[in-house]
Amino acid sequence: MALEKPYGNIPGTTVFDTDQARKGYHLNQFCMSLMRPENRAAFKADERSYLAQWPMTAAQRQAVLQRDYNQMIALGGNIYFLAKIFSSDGHSFQHAAALMTGMTQEQYARMMLGGGRRPDSKPDQGESR
Amino acid sequence: MARVTSGIATSHVPAIGAALDNGKASEAYWAPVFAGYEPSRRWLAEHRPDVVLLVYNDHACAFSLDIVPTFAIGCAERFAPADEGWGPRPIPVVEGHPELAAHIAQSVIQQDFDLTIVHRMDVDHGLTVPLSLLFGQPASWPVRVIPLAVNVVLYPPPSGRRCYELGKALRRAIDSFDADLDIQVWGTGGMSHQLQGPRAGLINSAWDNAFLDRLIDDPEGLSRVPHVEYIREAGSEGIELVMWLVMRGALGARVRPVHRFYHVPASNTAVGHLILEEQP
Repeated sequence: MALEKPYGNIPGTTVFDTDQARKGYHLNQFCMSLMRPENRAAFKADERSYLAQWPMTAAQRQAVLQRDYNQMIALGGNIYFLAKIFSSDGHSFQHAAALMTGMTQEQYARMMLGGGRRPDSKPDQGESR
Repeated sequence: MARVTSGIATSHVPAIGAALDNGKASEAYWAPVFAGYEPSRRWLAEHRPDVVLLVYNDHACAFSLDIVPTFAIGCAERFAPADEGWGPRPIPVVEGHPELAAHIAQSVIQQDFDLTIVHRMDVDHGLTVPLSLLFGQPASWPVRVIPLAVNVVLYPPPSGRRCYELGKALRRAIDSFDADLDIQVWGTGGMSHQLQGPRAGLINSAWDNAFLDRLIDDPEGLSRVPHVEYIREAGSEGIELVMWLVMRGALGARVRPVHRFYHVPASNTAVGHLILEEQP
């Protein structure tokens, strides 16, 4: 019998559960490697070669190269692991969060200053309270 | 005997640590956050514990996907700040309390909570930002710290109920430690925030404030809130709040809030903070 997943219908939200962790294992372990300065340097010097060392799917590699965080999450990435990528790029959580919502960082920061995204709003509206 | 007389809950937003480390604490954006902890620093000057049992989550730093412990206790002499991708934070090494940690591990496992015992790990912003918020930027931390890491990254985390009951077991363990020590339990993480996907930026002040109310007066009821409510109402990363229930479980039924603070935003997150003193 399939496990019950009552969180499957929350809009704009992918819960990093055991199935996602299984799919994203190598993607997330690649991210972990970026905690070492020498690995960050190697990755930045030649992203494709560095990624080729990890047994990820082609789609996962492509998503990393494109910094498509929503796609990385869909393919099993978890935000705390993916944070190693944007941290290596010199970017903040707020930068990455804005990217995933389709807003500019300025628009996103303004939404947060206005109290954040309302819990009853649609993900693509980004309305502030 | 060792004693627990108070507990602290606080968010552990990494950007708060970065603001402090980079000298931005007095900027207009950050000043209200740090001001909210001023009364706490004064209170701590009068109520400095010997040891903080600090409940937090590792954010893919000490624990990769190779091994994901649900509850892990740090029994080491010291814990170094982790390199989270931009170099370690410029803060003191965290000194542990191996004797008490070992005692707690043995006691709590014998109370049916199967802790993972860790003798070497780095600690990330989840543990170090609360220390910075409450102690500022000292040359060395004024307390010893026992890290208690809870998995809230890979779903499912332990239930709120399990966390609350763990807090009670931790209290029994501390109460049976034969040394004259004042111990505080800190629960960290939250409040509402979502860092991923098109719904990133979610904040739910009404839900957060109800959580604060219930943590004080109705922890039993609060501990029965299911995971899906946390995710739906407080965001996918708001589920960190189950860790506050560990702290609350370690205190008695009646508590008095000494200080309460709530602020939006810190980067992507609602900041919440409570100091609770146990009442007879």
